[in-house]
Amino acid sequence: MAAIKVHGFHASTATNMVLCCLNEKQVEYDFVLIDLLTGAHKKPQYLALNPFGVVPTIQDGDLTLFESRAILRYLAQKFKGQGTDLLGSTLSEEALVYQWCEVEGQSFNPPVSTIVSQILVVPRRGGSTDEAAVEMNIEKLGKVLDIYEERLSKSKYLAGDFFSLADLQHLPHTHYLISACGKGDLISSRKHVNAWWEDISSRPTWQKVAENMKVN
Amino acid sequence: MAAVKLYGPLASTATSRALACLLEKQVEYQLIPVDLKKREQKKPGFLAMQPFGQVPVLQDGALTLFESRAIVRYIAEKYAAQGTIGLLGKSLAERAVIEQWMEVESQTYNPPSSFLVFQLAFAPLWGIPQNQTEIAKNEKKFSNVLDVYEKRLSESKYLAGDEFSIADLSHLPNTEYIVKATGKAELITSRKYVNAWWENISSRDSWKKIREMSKADSKK
Repeated sequence: MAAIKVHGFHASTATNMVLCCLNEKQVEYDFVLIDLLTGAHKKPQYLALNPFGVVPTIQDGDLTLFESRAILRYLAQKFKGQGTDLLGSTLSEEALVYQWCEVEGQSFNPPVSTIVSQILVVPRRGGSTDEAAVEMNIEKLGKVLDIYEERLSKSKYLAGDFFSLADLQHLPHTHYLISACGKGDLISSRKHVNAWWEDISSRPTWQKVAENMKVN
Repeated sequence: MAAVKLYGPLASTATSRALACLLEKQVEYQLIPVDLKKREQKKPGFLAMQPFGQVPVLQDGALTLFESRAIVRYIAEKYAAQGTIGLLGKSLAERAVIEQWMEVESQTYNPPSSFLVFQLAFAPLWGIPQNQTEIAKNEKKFSNVLDVYEKRLSESKYLAGDEFSIADLSHLPNTEYIVKATGKAELITSRKYVNAWWENISSRDSWKKIREMSKADSKK
């Protein structure tokens, strides 16, 4: 059986979210580099796979699928019997996993991705960091993390006492926030958020992926 | 069996997204209004259910659930055997494509359309000054997204395939406001396939019911 193909970019947080999930589910894959630096994601060949021209996109046999969070849910469902169970054991647990996945997508991702983009990406493209935008989003992110602190004081992981897709979705951006943006204090200053971060980021499945994300 | 409780004002796009799914699945529900003007969603009683202080919240027996798109998935799965069948597809691969378009709605359709709805429909009502530069930026962004939708819907009756799914459902609330309340209806109506899709999904019984309820609400 042909391995799943992942079209992505080594530094892309969305790509690395998917690679981590493949590791958790013990699924083999082939990585196809879409070099964002040369604009490969906007060329007709890639747009035929993903009309929005963003990474990653996977191919599993006849199925072509994009949007990292949708890919995560597909992998977690298809490979439910192997590797780490990432969806909980009951319908109610699964609902809570989806709830915290949505929180990541709607409340955590917007401020953290703006911070990472302004500090890490904009200067590399010849622009200058918008410090006001960074400050505003640090404040926003802080308020979200205060709620996480309360949640994680009562629950080992976001959806319950089990590691799930919801926790996994937070790995790539938090990694950049700490290791490349110098904003680790947002995490380390919050006791339970910090303990949760130490736990999830020490998973070998993630450490393998984090190797791709070293920033000089 | 006790009805599920949905907390939120009907006028909120996230609340009507969750309600549309309850209606499609013919689930007995109780809609409990939350007064956003009085900041009821930021009071301790509400924050105990939803710590981010946002609507809607669903209570189904012992389960308290928030985030409208998570509520939609839960209702569609729990009540799979009743109401509109096939909202999650008939196979894993179909479900995957539905999830893909749910995420497109969430990450790509929602941000610019929400911004336009707030700036053009609500800001004037609440005396908040409009940001014309950002409005123009988001209109362009939204147009580009709709061009991709136009191509997709020229090849596929619904976003994920031949059947109505939670992916199409998720788009109902924002699109209703764009067409009815922003003066930018032509973004939808000028695109042949997007417009046909919109006319189709918004004429479903579930959305007609929400429109009736909204009309009744505004007369109070």
